Amino acid sequence: MITPVRLHWLRALPRPGRAVLMATLVAAGFGGGLWARQAPQAPQTPPASQAPASQPSSIELRITGEPGTPPRLAVPDLIALTPDKETQEAAATIGQVLWDDLNFEREFYMIPRDTYRSIAMPRSLAEVPFARWRELGADGLVMGTVQKVESGIRVELRLFNVRAQQQSFGREYSGAATNPRLYAHTMADEIHETQRSLKGVARTKLAFSSDRNRDPVANTVERREVKEIYIADYDGANQRRITVNRNLNITPNWSPDGRSIAYTSYRRTLPDVMISNIFAGTLEEPTKGVGQNFLPVFSPDGRQLAFMSTRDGNSEIYVANRDGSDIRRLTDNPAIDSTPTWSPAGTQIAFTSDRSGSPQVYVVGVDGTGLRRLTFESYADRATWSPAPYNEIAFASRTGPGFDIKILSLADGLVRQITFGEGTNESPAWSPNGRHLAFMSTRAGRSHIFTVDRDGRNIRQITRDGNNFTPNWSR
Amino acid sequence: MTRTLWKPLAVLLLLTVTLAACAKKVPSVERPAPPPADPAMTTAPAPPPPPPRPVDEPMPVPPEPEAIKASDLPDDLDSLNRSGVLKPVFFDLDSSEVNAASQQVLQENADVMRRNARWQITIEGHCDERGTAEYNLALGERRALAARTYLLSLGIPADRVRTVSYGKEFPFDQGHDESAWSKNRRAHFVITAK
Repeated sequence: MITPVRLHWLRALPRPGRAVLMATLVAAGFGGGLWARQAPQAPQTPPASQAPASQPSSIELRITGEPGTPPRLAVPDLIALTPDKETQEAAATIGQVLWDDLNFEREFYMIPRDTYRSIAMPRSLAEVPFARWRELGADGLVMGTVQKVESGIRVELRLFNVRAQQQSFGREYSGAATNPRLYAHTMADEIHETQRSLKGVARTKLAFSSDRNRDPVANTVERREVKEIYIADYDGANQRRITVNRNLNITPNWSPDGRSIAYTSYRRTLPDVMISNIFAGTLEEPTKGVGQNFLPVFSPDGRQLAFMSTRDGNSEIYVANRDGSDIRRLTDNPAIDSTPTWSPAGTQIAFTSDRSGSPQVYVVGVDGTGLRRLTFESYADRATWSPAPYNEIAFASRTGPGFDIKILSLADGLVRQITFGEGTNESPAWSPNGRHLAFMSTRAGRSHIFTVDRDGRNIRQITRDGNNFTPNWSR
Repeated sequence: MTRTLWKPLAVLLLLTVTLAACAKKVPSVERPAPPPADPAMTTAPAPPPPPPRPVDEPMPVPPEPEAIKASDLPDDLDSLNRSGVLKPVFFDLDSSEVNAASQQVLQENADVMRRNARWQITIEGHCDERGTAEYNLALGERRALAARTYLLSLGIPADRVRTVSYGKEFPFDQGHDESAWSKNRRAHFVITAK
């Protein structure tokens, strides 16, 4: 029962023609009632004829743990059905990455992988030793196979309910073997969606600015190192450069569709807003060199940009259409107004202003009304508004010699702190599900990108090369 | 930006003894001599070629003879900028105020610009690492504009002075102490045309 549905979640792959990974889905193991649906961000919805006639009874198939505890999952290496090295490596990679992806959202208790090395790997998915896994305390078990096929590899993954000794659901993907991690990321997102009704971030990406190339800017008296825009998977894998203009490129911001990155670039000498369409390889220059323009951020619908400009002689917040038309000024104050961020509904913009004497976060409607001050810190900047369902604004607050990340809950006005003076911690950026933040920290010596959960736990270092700044998380 | 190749040899012919002594050390290092944090400029590597003159002396000098006088300066823009003929001014933490010491430097810079009436300059605003990257983009511009405003108040035409903000992206001193920070909170002058 192979469905001819092509997945479009592979939009995040680099260039057309390279690693074009097309997957087919098999809704395996059911009596034919459950059809795989396309990933939520797919540009086309499946034809109505393919949609399930009724909602799949996924709740019945959810794996539960002991009362009050998260389900305990085990994810061993996949079974390589063909003996070649590529398949063997893919089998190991997918198992490890899937374990990491599932661990990242903390919805499951992930049983450490080294504790089940002693359980013999079956030769097929039909002979899983459920009793052994139950001894280990596993509520759920993800097993899978990798097989080399003509077009690349075929990956089959199944989530078993260990107690019931039956399959909760299964997926089969086939495509190129160039990036096996993507199979794991896709499976992780589907497991989170079907088992926990959670939009996972395993297929999202980070953008940031880095000086790792150590290229000097041309024609300067002092040595000045260029910064280029880079992207990486959410877990730091597959780091790749996006800009190649050997100048200063900072403050990247993803378009909502994940196909474009707006950023501040000095490639035309003066700082200006640029948009790189990263798969088409094209460049847009919406502000067209009028004045100096910085810190672009896409509106939630992707049609507008907010940015800071000094075009009228002072730092003010402006909003324009994505193509640069219909520019209007949102602030009018002799103080600095900078660093805008959109509310999730696109109706308000929070920004930094030092009109009180120190930089603080304010909010104003996109029509210019309803201005009010939000923070009362010694110095607050880089407000970033969380996606729904949370209604929070994260920002960098000066807490000593450096900064820490704080989060303001707009519902009750309470501020909590999630980093505590390990180096300086700046430039927070929310994950699309609002459960994590990326930020820049010097805690490991140089400036690097880290991710952290919204409660301050689960800190992970994403970059290790050069100095890295101003992260942004794709939606 | 092909200035580096422009009349490279003419430089040697035009150097005065004073500047030659100074320029001698320049090619051997990647950077120009560091600007002193101390506004007293005790270690200033390149004193302005003409002797000090009263800051408020009127300068109604026609540009032509002065342009000849400028020939004791390096002839291409890179060497000119490397010679530090226009000096940076420094700011206090989180401040864009042009203090007394900075005013003195800006008056000297204005004198040099008056004597070289065809020069166009860009004032770069820079910040130390203690502010955020984002806010510093605005603060750097405010510093550059403060220096520009002061130059214009001294009679320098507005169309000769542009500004650009680099925030904290290009520290002059990579250190992490007050000595480095005080050098990095600066308005840096670059001659872009002559």
